[in-house]
Amino acid sequence: MNTTAAGICVDAVHVWRGDRHVLKGVSLTMDPGQLMHVSGPNGTGKTTLLRVICGLLRPEQGSVSWRGRPISSVRTEFQAALAYAAHEPALKGDLTALENLRFAVGLKRRVSSGELRASLEQTGVAACADLPARVLSAGQRRRVAMARVLAMHAPLWLLDEPFTNLDAAGTGVLMSLLQSHAQGGGSALVVAHQELAMGCDMRRLELTA
Amino acid sequence: MSVGPCEAFALVVRRELRLSFRRPDQLLQPLVFFLIVTTLFPLGLSLQLSLLRDMAPGVLWVAALLSSLLSLDSLFKSDADDGTLEQLALSGQELTVIVIAKTFAHWLVTGLALVLVSPVVGTALGIPSAVFATMMLSLGLGTLTLSWLGAIGAGLTVGLKRGNVLLSLIVLPLAMPLLIFGAGATDRAVSGVSAAGALYFLAALCVFTCTLAPFAASAALRITLE
Repeated sequence: MNTTAAGICVDAVHVWRGDRHVLKGVSLTMDPGQLMHVSGPNGTGKTTLLRVICGLLRPEQGSVSWRGRPISSVRTEFQAALAYAAHEPALKGDLTALENLRFAVGLKRRVSSGELRASLEQTGVAACADLPARVLSAGQRRRVAMARVLAMHAPLWLLDEPFTNLDAAGTGVLMSLLQSHAQGGGSALVVAHQELAMGCDMRRLELTA
Repeated sequence: MSVGPCEAFALVVRRELRLSFRRPDQLLQPLVFFLIVTTLFPLGLSLQLSLLRDMAPGVLWVAALLSSLLSLDSLFKSDADDGTLEQLALSGQELTVIVIAKTFAHWLVTGLALVLVSPVVGTALGIPSAVFATMMLSLGLGTLTLSWLGAIGAGLTVGLKRGNVLLSLIVLPLAMPLLIFGAGATDRAVSGVSAAGALYFLAALCVFTCTLAPFAASAALRITLE
C-alpha cells in the first residue's frame, strides 16, 4: 500500500461493533483533486467508514494516514484540513444560520461575516442567513451545513449523505460545488445512495454486507 | 489563518452565553428551584428565628447543590444530540479547551447566578448580612468545583438515554466534601468563628478539580463519541 500519498490513505481497516464485523478490511487512497462516491446497502458501514477516516472512531485493525503520516500523530493539522458533514446538519435551532456558521467555522480559521454570507449565497440560502435555524426546512438546513463545509476552506471533504432532503436545484448546486472543489485540488468522499451524474471523474467504492 | 486556544475559548464561551440567553426558561429553572426550596423552609418551619438561623447554612447549601445538579445534565446533551459535539471534536482545537470553555460558561449562567441571588435567600433564612461575603465566596468556590465534577459526569453519561440519574449518582458522592466544608464555612461565620480553614479547603478542591477535570471530561467525551 502506498503510504506516501499526498492525501488520505486508508489501509485495511477493520471495525467491529459488538459482534458485528462492520468494516472488513476497507482500503482506499485519495489524492488531491479526486472525488470518491461511497455506496452500499444500509448498515454496511458507510458512516462508520467516514467516522474512522475523520478520527472519531479508532479502528480495531488497520490505519488511516494523512499525507503519509498516521492521523493520530498529525491530529491538529489533519483536522484543520478536514471538513466533515455528518448526517445531522449540526445546527443550533436558537442561533441564526450565520451565527451557527460563525461559531463552527470560527474554530477552524478566522473568518469574516462577508465570507460566510458568500458561502451561504453559493449554496442558495443567503436569504436565510439571519433566520434562526429552527425555522428552516430540512433542505435549507442541509444547504446551510454545506455552506459550513464550503467556508472551512478545507482540502478534504467528508460528506455523509449530503443529498438527503435536497431538491433538484440543490442537488445540482452540490454537484457543481463538488466539481469545482476537485478542480481546485480538493478531494471529497461522498456517501450517497443515488447515482451521481458528475461532469468529472468520480471513483466508486461499494461496501457490501 | 489558524485560531489559537484563547480565541477558541472566547468563541465557545460567547456561543454558550448567547445560546443560554436565547433560552431564558432553561436559564431560570435552576435559579427558581433554588429560590423556591430555600424560601419554603422559613414557611414550613415554626417561627423560631434561632432555629432557622441554625439550619440556614445547611439549607442554603443543599438547595444550591441540588439546583446546580439539575442543570448539569444539559452541559453536553444538546451538542451530542444534534451532532455539534462531533463538529467540536473535529474543529482542530483541543477538546480540553472546548470543555473548559463550555463548563466555565455553564458556571457563569448557573453557579454565578446562584451566588448573586444568595443574599436574598440569606436574608429570608435569617443569615446576618455581615456573613454574606463568606457565604458568597464559599458558594462561588463550591458551585465552580461542582461544575468541574459535573463535567466529568456529564461527559460519561451524555451518550445514555436516561443519563441524569446516573449523573447524580456519580456526582453527589464526590460533592459531599463541598457540602460539608461549604456549609461549615457559612456556619462558622454565622457563629462568629473564623471560616478561613474551610474556605481554604474549598479553594484547594476548586483548584484541584479545575486542573484535572477538563482532561477527564474530554477523555470521557471522546469515549462517548466512538
